Amino acid sequence: MTNENLHSQDLGTSPDDVQFRFRDDEVADHGTVTVDACCDQTNATAVRIEPGDDARVLLPFLDRLALVEVNFPSFGDGRGYSAARILREAGYEGELRAVGDVLIDQLSHMRRCGFDAFAPDKPLDEDDARRAFEGFGNVYQSAADARESGRRTIAELRHE
Amino acid sequence: MYQYDQYDQAMVDARVEEFRDQAQRRLDGKLTEDQFKPLRLMNGLYLQLHAYMLRVAIPYGTLNSRQMIALGDIADKYDRGYGHFTTRQNLQYNWIKLEDAADILADLSKVEMHAIQTSGNCIRNISSDHFAGAAHDELIDPRPYAELLRQWSSFHPEFTYLPRKFKIAVIAAETDRAAMRLHDIGIQIVKNDAGEVGASFYVGGGMGRTPMIAPQIREFVPLDQLVTYAEACLRVYNRYGRRDNKYKARIKILVHEMGAEEYTRQVEEEFAHLLEQGVEPPLAELERIKPFFADPAFEDGPKSIDRSDPDFALWVDRNTVRHKHDSYVSAVISLKPVGGIPGDATGDQMRLMAKLAKQYSFDELRVMHTQNIVLPHVRIADLHALWTELEAADLGAPNLDTIEDIIACPGLDYCALANARSIPLAQRISEKFAKNGRTEELGQLKLKISGCINACGHHHAGHIGILGVDKKGTENYQLSLGGSEAEDVSLAKITGPGFDEDGVIKAVETVTDVYLETREDGERFLDTYRRIGMTPFKEALYDK
Amino acid sequence: MNILTGNDLKTGEVVWWDGQNWSLSVHDAVDVGGMGEQILAAEEAARRVNVPYALVASRTEEGVRPAHIKDRVRALGPTVRRDLAVPTASKTGWDWVI
Repeated sequence: MTNENLHSQDLGTSPDDVQFRFRDDEVADHGTVTVDACCDQTNATAVRIEPGDDARVLLPFLDRLALVEVNFPSFGDGRGYSAARILREAGYEGELRAVGDVLIDQLSHMRRCGFDAFAPDKPLDEDDARRAFEGFGNVYQSAADARESGRRTIAELRHE
Repeated sequence: MYQYDQYDQAMVDARVEEFRDQAQRRLDGKLTEDQFKPLRLMNGLYLQLHAYMLRVAIPYGTLNSRQMIALGDIADKYDRGYGHFTTRQNLQYNWIKLEDAADILADLSKVEMHAIQTSGNCIRNISSDHFAGAAHDELIDPRPYAELLRQWSSFHPEFTYLPRKFKIAVIAAETDRAAMRLHDIGIQIVKNDAGEVGASFYVGGGMGRTPMIAPQIREFVPLDQLVTYAEACLRVYNRYGRRDNKYKARIKILVHEMGAEEYTRQVEEEFAHLLEQGVEPPLAELERIKPFFADPAFEDGPKSIDRSDPDFALWVDRNTVRHKHDSYVSAVISLKPVGGIPGDATGDQMRLMAKLAKQYSFDELRVMHTQNIVLPHVRIADLHALWTELEAADLGAPNLDTIEDIIACPGLDYCALANARSIPLAQRISEKFAKNGRTEELGQLKLKISGCINACGHHHAGHIGILGVDKKGTENYQLSLGGSEAEDVSLAKITGPGFDEDGVIKAVETVTDVYLETREDGERFLDTYRRIGMTPFKEALYDK
Repeated sequence: MNILTGNDLKTGEVVWWDGQNWSLSVHDAVDVGGMGEQILAAEEAARRVNVPYALVASRTEEGVRPAHIKDRVRALGPTVRRDLAVPTASKTGWDWVI
């Protein structure tokens, strides 16, 4: 496949693949392009980050992006967690969708890193997922959830 | 020592229930072994050669008598009456059933303990100086900083699927008793010229198949930026550490391939960014933690012992260490009885050590990375009574830092990764030197044995190191000399071709003979090796 | 001969394929010939065994002897804790392991 073809191809998951979503806005249904293509194309509004991509190259384009998919080809590759936090730290407020090998036991950490939509390769058990999202009541670290929902860390709660 | 509040307790309790649920989903077939493995590992549960193995975290090696009793009780209730203290100041049980694992974690949580992140590609249990808070030469107690980092690293949402495992050590003395520069991150708490306390960061050390000594990447990080700086170090690693090859995935390879200067530049850039993000816990949190590690109420008392019993005097000379209060010492309980298994203790021994800690050491014990136990604050006046009880329980071996005080990994007797057995070598070497009477004469001699290239037995850092390898289906051992994990850190060099089991024991004797013949006044084995080099040892070993 | 081993999923105990079930004794192990992969896949999927694998062994007067020392240690127990040896495997001496 040439680079040209890659640019025009929609790589992304469809709204139907999204099993869990924590947003009130319309599900983004845009053609999703690679990070390289997104940087070249001025009109792309959805992009897909692969583990080896540098999320920071997207920072100049955040205003026009409505959907960022972060692919987890294997759940053991944790680069996507950093990508997610980096985008949220830069003020990205669009949909951040975890796609690929997304499993029950990674959901709560993904959520804390700023993911607000989940499109697992294989649909997850709804009950198991609900418990996972509820997670542990409190948290030690300040992450994307502090920005998103004003969640206070344990250390902050101790010193209120 | 640190005590949980309701938040810490709730975290650990929630984790127990989460693991109970995960184990049940595995037993029900909702999780495959490939999916379950990283989850159980993050709760310290391995599948080893003979059974499941559970590794319990002992944060910075500090525990109280109640916790030690619980460890002994678990050994009796769920295992086969013993446990193994490890080179990361943890405890391992060798014969655990998956169906019991959640109950064990629940028992641990009742005494503020857990097995969280004792394995897996995440930030592992943080280790520290085993004499922290007692050492005469420390700047301050490093453990409040280790505790701050323990909380930060527990269930970190971004750093749970790192390229590879990640180990942090924190010290606060010039004397390094925690192998600080052989860690992924080594932190030394220091004072700057202005008299302010801060942290020196060393990044990219480690043992394993590619041993490296960590370079310093930042001389001074202010205390109110400690967590942020660590977060920056980890983020650069999580993003750029190699994931294509398991054997090149540790941060030492990244720092080496990228160059310490470039790695530092990227960390500094990330650090500057993260400072804006407010990830640092409030400084008040550190101030909250500190009083947990305040000095106990030391009292003046006798400063010397009655030396009329030579066995007792020898034990005091060998196994007690100067304390910051001159009426006290730190006493080391050797888990290296001659011919015994390094680091193993029975449930009864654990409960006895707990009792002695309560009676003689302000209810505190430490685990050393050399697989011994410390009673950190013992009145000199109490030493004889303490020694008498230890002797009766086979815990009084007077051999700290001698050739009998061997570090040995579990090796092929227990470990699925091992290529050769480690423990029988340790047993035979300690028996040999105890019998020929050379132990005392050899003085400080750190012998470390690993049963495979992963180097859990720290052989790269041994004055004498032994590495077990598989030579066409039989056990073979490589000898190395000149390593040190201390402030004079160095990596041992291989002497030459390997030996069989009898041969390597003979070879250890040969190199100690070379030392005794050529040493100058006051030299340790390591000093002599550094002065005369490898050649005389090689000649004695191979030129027959 | 080609034999199969693994660990019991619940208890973690070392087990050997005896043709019908998983036995605690290496001496019950049977030659599976070329059927190893097929049996392993089915047994693992049914969760009757965990992390199973095939290995080469020989039949001797003392029973079934795995070719590699690691599997002989598995069969008998840690050589440094002979008090904990697997009872049914102990018709061999400890020299059998080395």
